[in-house]
Amino acid sequence: MKKIIEVEHLRKVYGATVAVDDVSFEVVEGEIFGLLGPNGAGKTTTVECLQGLRRPDAGKLRVLGLDPQSDGRELRRRIGSQLQDSALPDRMRVWEALDLFSSFMPNSPDWRITMDQWGLTEKRRSSLSRLSGGQRQRLFVALALANNPKVIFLDEMTSGLDPAARHTAWDLIRAIRDRGTTVVMVTHFMDEAERLCDRLGIVDSGRLTALDTPQGLISTYAGQVRVVFSTEHADLSWLQGVPHVSRVNRHGPRVEVEGTGPVLARVAAALVERGVVPTDLRLEQPSLEDVFLSITGHTIQD
Amino acid sequence: MRILLKMTWIELKLFVREPVTMVFTFALPLIFLFVLGGVFQNIPSEEFRDAKPMDYYTPAYVGLVIASIGLVGLPIHFAKYRERGVLRRFRASPIHLWSIFGAQVLVSLIIASVGGILLVVVSMIAFDVRFPESPALVVAAFVPSVVAFAAIGILLGALLPTTRAAQGLGLILFIVMLMLSGAGPPPELMSEAMEKTGQTMPLFYVIRLIQDPWLGYGWDWDSFLILIGVTVVAALASLRLFRWE
Ligand SMILES: Nc1ncnc2c1ncn2[C@@H]1O[C@H](COP(=O)(O)OP(=O)(O)OP(=O)(O)O)[C@@H](O)[C@H]1O
Ligand SMILES: [Mg+2]
Repeated sequence: MKKIIEVEHLRKVYGATVAVDDVSFEVVEGEIFGLLGPNGAGKTTTVECLQGLRRPDAGKLRVLGLDPQSDGRELRRRIGSQLQDSALPDRMRVWEALDLFSSFMPNSPDWRITMDQWGLTEKRRSSLSRLSGGQRQRLFVALALANNPKVIFLDEMTSGLDPAARHTAWDLIRAIRDRGTTVVMVTHFMDEAERLCDRLGIVDSGRLTALDTPQGLISTYAGQVRVVFSTEHADLSWLQGVPHVSRVNRHGPRVEVEGTGPVLARVAAALVERGVVPTDLRLEQPSLEDVFLSITGHTIQD
Repeated sequence: MRILLKMTWIELKLFVREPVTMVFTFALPLIFLFVLGGVFQNIPSEEFRDAKPMDYYTPAYVGLVIASIGLVGLPIHFAKYRERGVLRRFRASPIHLWSIFGAQVLVSLIIASVGGILLVVVSMIAFDVRFPESPALVVAAFVPSVVAFAAIGILLGALLPTTRAAQGLGLILFIVMLMLSGAGPPPELMSEAMEKTGQTMPLFYVIRLIQDPWLGYGWDWDSFLILIGVTVVAALASLRLFRWE
């Protein structure tokens, strides 16, 4: 696999704030690489250093074999950027923005196709100030694709999109990846990270604390599955003794049994044997949420 | 080149869609024309370089059109772009700073031409202002004048961090230059100190450069070279000092 991005010991400080602290990772060709973390974790700082928009205080960066600081302009011809915080003039029209940005490179794809894919055709003559938050967001992703980039950086691409638009966006991003464009994305949505990313780094307080496929992270950091059901039975202490069960939590009628491997079958058999037949017995797979909690000690919201 | 022309075309459309800026740029010099047009008797006099007052002031107000673009329009434009994050978006694209600057220079030339022609036509109709003695030289003077003020405007836009700062300082510079550079009271009526101060201002040379061929005094090389110098210094300083955010 060809390495598209190499980051070694990246560090960025703002006054007394260490925004990015000794971060290293690689991104290979054709993958969707994600950075997941809470507000202020340093995600934007990291990807903007990679795009040559911020100057790192230490560390070695290579993007498409170029140094983002010294070869910034050459790099920006080959990458696409959707920034978390940027704008275009209010009175510019949608089609004008697309037309302008695709004129930056000679071999740009037809912007009308991109406009159509991102659901903007109907709004082509609207000025930017008249777009909804989600339409705006989609326009900026479309602009990032306008120069037919080798790598695209997406910083909170789906913030402001409704659920249907988010799913469409995910499909389009997968399609972009399948055509060979490498995708680097920043998000703080768990479901987005889990479903879309081929590999995922967890960023917390400026540090990259874990890096793996979403499934790999889940099995390493949140191995326990949960069996959940409800019952009015008073005494369930015997559940502790069932093989593969590690913990039992009870909140009123709701019972959560944590365990490993075939814990569901074991619990189900034991319940039936004792005459407890809940109608809502189910298995909850651990999610990235649990991974996040177990790695950082807090949820992504706090 | 293609990118430069495309940027210019879009910026021009954006300018036309912004009524307030348009009115300021085109109407302000006209207001001056009408307010001052009634003040003087329109007979040739020594104070006005042996010309009729309105023949003297019309080229000076063409200078005002140019100065308002450079001192007020452009700095605010850039400051707004910076504040809103438009410059950030351009920075993350392959567009070169030269194309961004170049588009502003071309747009300034077009706007100043429209504003200048409008002003001259109105003053010819309303105040019977005579046609320039050497029209070709007037046009030749107009272009480097606009370029010099566009460069000053870009430099101010590069230096002034916020829209408020740009509005404040831009307007002050505009008013001071307007009063002292030959578009306000005639130089003969100013104190020596005022006249000396006026001569440190680029607008003084713009007005000279345009007024001389208008009144039949030929091409003023000194003013021309000074404006070229101003352009080069401002352009280099802008490239060095430009802040994207
Ligand atoms: N230009 C700046 N000047 C000063 N401090 C900054 C600047 N940019 C970011 N920071 C600080 O650096 C830290 C990391 O910020 P960054 O924007 O990279 O976080 P993030 O992970 O992208 O957060 P979010 O999810 O809110 O976008 C924060 O503490 C932030 O306050
Ligand atoms: Mg961010």
